[in-house]
Amino acid sequence: MKIKLKLITTLIFLVFCFIIFYKGLNNPNIYTPKMNVGKNLPTFKAQDFITNTNIDSEKVFAEESYYIVNIWASWCIPCRKEHSLLMELNKNKSIKLIGLNYRDNLDNAKKFINELGNPYMQILIDKDGTLAIEFGAYGVPETFLIDKNKKIIKRFIGPINKEILEEIKLIVK
Amino acid sequence: MLASQIGYYSLILGLIFSIYLCVISIKDFHNSNRNISPNVVSLSFLQLTFVIISFLSLILSFINSDFSNETVFSNSHTMKPLFYKISGTWGNHEGSLLLWLLVLTLFIFLFLIKSREQPKKYRILTLLFQQLIIIGFFLFVLMTSNPFNYLYPIPLEGLGLNPILQDPALAIHPPLLYLGYVGSSIIFSASLAAVTQNYISKAWAQHIKKWVLISWIFLTIGIMLGSIWAYYELGWGGFWFWDPVENVSLMPWLTLTALLHCILVLEKRGVLTSWVVILSITTFTFSMCGTFLVRSGILNSVHTFANDPARGIFILIFLFILIFLSLGIFFLFHNESNKESNNFFWLSKESSILVNNWFMMYFLSVVLIGTVYPIFLDAISSEKISVGPPFYHKLISPFLAPFLLFMAFGPKLKWIKSKIENKRSLTIFMIISVTLTFLILKNITTDLLFYTILISAAFFLFFTTLKELFFKGFNNTSQLIAHFGFSLFILSILFNGILSSEVTTNIKVGEKYSYNKGEIFFEKIKEKKKSNFNSIIGYFKVTNNKGRVVELNPEVRIYNQPIIITSEADIKTTLLEDKFLVMNIVKGNEYFNIRYQEKPFMLWIWISILIISLGGLMSLFKKKYEN
Amino acid sequence: MKTFKIFLTILLVMGFSELKSYEKNNELKNKIFKNIRCLICQGQSVYDSESDFASSIKLTVNKKINDGMSEDQVYKFLREKYGDWVIYDPALNKNTYILWLLPLLLFLTGGAIMIKKLNFKK
Repeated sequence: MKIKLKLITTLIFLVFCFIIFYKGLNNPNIYTPKMNVGKNLPTFKAQDFITNTNIDSEKVFAEESYYIVNIWASWCIPCRKEHSLLMELNKNKSIKLIGLNYRDNLDNAKKFINELGNPYMQILIDKDGTLAIEFGAYGVPETFLIDKNKKIIKRFIGPINKEILEEIKLIVK
Repeated sequence: MLASQIGYYSLILGLIFSIYLCVISIKDFHNSNRNISPNVVSLSFLQLTFVIISFLSLILSFINSDFSNETVFSNSHTMKPLFYKISGTWGNHEGSLLLWLLVLTLFIFLFLIKSREQPKKYRILTLLFQQLIIIGFFLFVLMTSNPFNYLYPIPLEGLGLNPILQDPALAIHPPLLYLGYVGSSIIFSASLAAVTQNYISKAWAQHIKKWVLISWIFLTIGIMLGSIWAYYELGWGGFWFWDPVENVSLMPWLTLTALLHCILVLEKRGVLTSWVVILSITTFTFSMCGTFLVRSGILNSVHTFANDPARGIFILIFLFILIFLSLGIFFLFHNESNKESNNFFWLSKESSILVNNWFMMYFLSVVLIGTVYPIFLDAISSEKISVGPPFYHKLISPFLAPFLLFMAFGPKLKWIKSKIENKRSLTIFMIISVTLTFLILKNITTDLLFYTILISAAFFLFFTTLKELFFKGFNNTSQLIAHFGFSLFILSILFNGILSSEVTTNIKVGEKYSYNKGEIFFEKIKEKKKSNFNSIIGYFKVTNNKGRVVELNPEVRIYNQPIIITSEADIKTTLLEDKFLVMNIVKGNEYFNIRYQEKPFMLWIWISILIISLGGLMSLFKKKYEN
Repeated sequence: MKTFKIFLTILLVMGFSELKSYEKNNELKNKIFKNIRCLICQGQSVYDSESDFASSIKLTVNKKINDGMSEDQVYKFLREKYGDWVIYDPALNKNTYILWLLPLLLFLTGGAIMIKKLNFKK
């Protein structure tokens, strides 16, 4: 009897393991964090791209509006691709775009903006990448949608595409 | 191209031979001859030959840079040096599976010719169980991981191999490691065969012991080579990261070591039969699990091969079939003899081996749970956590000290019933160990209590084994050497951890950097062009406070296919310490970021593992010597 | 002369302890770096990696430590931004009780079974 009990418990345990591993296989292994959604906008100090003066985050996000924070760099190729969509997003009156220039050379970044256009109400310099960390980002490009209560409501990793553009437009209506 | 065809059809032939072998060996099983029909052995040899032909065909395709072969295309390049073209054969998923098949078929053939005095039915059953595994792998290769896929149009150039993998230690690491844990397949098959024949006995233990030793020695050295490679190539002077792939090679090593000890008990006293069978099953199971975890994409690691869930599913199902089958056989056939229901006396060699099992299973559970828990948590609750070195250190370290003490006391005990002899000399050693440790440590570390306990225990094992080696002659030499090696291993790791120091800084050519132990002078850089990379070599002079100068030349390599930048550390090794300097380019600057480390006793870590393996090797040859 | 010597000794000792505390600070920072996962690498810690993300994290941690944050506060900060996944030392919370306690439980169970089976009589 004792042996049968051992056998049955072992069997159940093994089937359980099998199911878990099977499920584990089908889970995407890429880390797609839902982190920071629902969190408050971080407070920080940063340098303005054009004027080179220091600004408080409260001043940057002063108005009661939807904000898009877009992390970009001149050396980032997908950033080029999404830039035209950002220009289009800028036409929407309900959204204000703030750019975070990530680990970039100032001259190259300025060339990038002159060449492709400036959709940003304001651009902040993140020379060493520490500002991006305050947002919980880890790469380029990344985009955050912030609501009127200064909460991060959406996070997009990688370049934005047409679907994401529509999604954002729908939310800010 | 022709080579690929030959390779492919050899595999198919190998599979056909598997099936044929099963058929005729079942027939042979039922006839009344005392010996296995020579046909069976010949067929096993033929099967091995075809796998060798297939393996050589793949190597040939790599040497010829035959890019009509998809595996060669994905993993090689015309500009790769010849040595690495060859070792690239088994550095990829498909090629490494051919290596699996090679070791599987080799070991069963060797088993057949080396076990002629063993009972016929037992040998045939071993063959059958092994063929079951072999067929599974043939199917896996042919259905999901064919190394001979044809590419058309034929590309002119390959995708190249990661330059980090172009290293001599890494080239021999897979073959040796595979001889270790794929070799445990024969122990698996033999144990299952023996269980069905009620043959788990002293005689069987004596016969199977050499297979356990062979597998164990290769596994130990294979793991060591992987660590050596990691130390010289990856990271900044680390040699073990508790990375999932490292852990899955450690787990079969733990069960195999426990098995080795249990086999010794089985041989002398005929007990612990359940332990032996279960450990044989788990060792090979962990080897297969390793294959699953590394290749299926379920884990995130530096080592992972191609992430292909389809392959993962195949291995998962195959693995669980083997587990269900083997456990089923165990429950059905295993009879615990009456002797075993006698309890061991608490102070005896048998019970010390039992204590060893207890600790080893604990260490195993820490490594196993740490490695697979994130998978379970993610599957059940979609929460992702990381389990890294701090977890393993916190759970393993407290148990090492008592474990070391048991290692010192256990082998001294006699079978059945024992007393503790030489209480006086043991106490003296204990006092010496603790005092010595305290004197060494009191000025150099803050975790005084923790390290004193741990290092004293290691010293105790060190002194007791050393004493036995010098005063007791040739009895138990192999065991003493292995345990001595282990004490040296723990001492090296602990002192290395406590005494290592490092400085990091940004520096440009011509600058001097001063720190508390000396100064580093960045003399100059030289640029060199090699066949598949450009290199920037930094010339550094490190002067310590006593005026000794060491020259170190770390390198930054820029490979061209694929474009990867690597840092090659320069390491000056002496018996006493390693000096380790690594250099990285700082983006857009003339500055270089350098990290200089002094790591005492690094070499002793490797030497001690070799000493441990030497103990195993001596045990392997002991019988011949004593005969 | 004597007071000068005493003054010099005090200065030296202060300097030495400054150096020691600078070393300790560095040791602490390295310990933290080894405990943070580089999120864009395959299984490397921030200490082992030279990637952009790793350098940014190192700078951030440097700032926070210099500002006076404790080790645990740094981990808390990073966990808030990136989730538990970013720290190699698993926190002890409802998700990880089994992780930490199961091995110990198994050890104790094994010990109990063994003691039952061993013969302690003479």
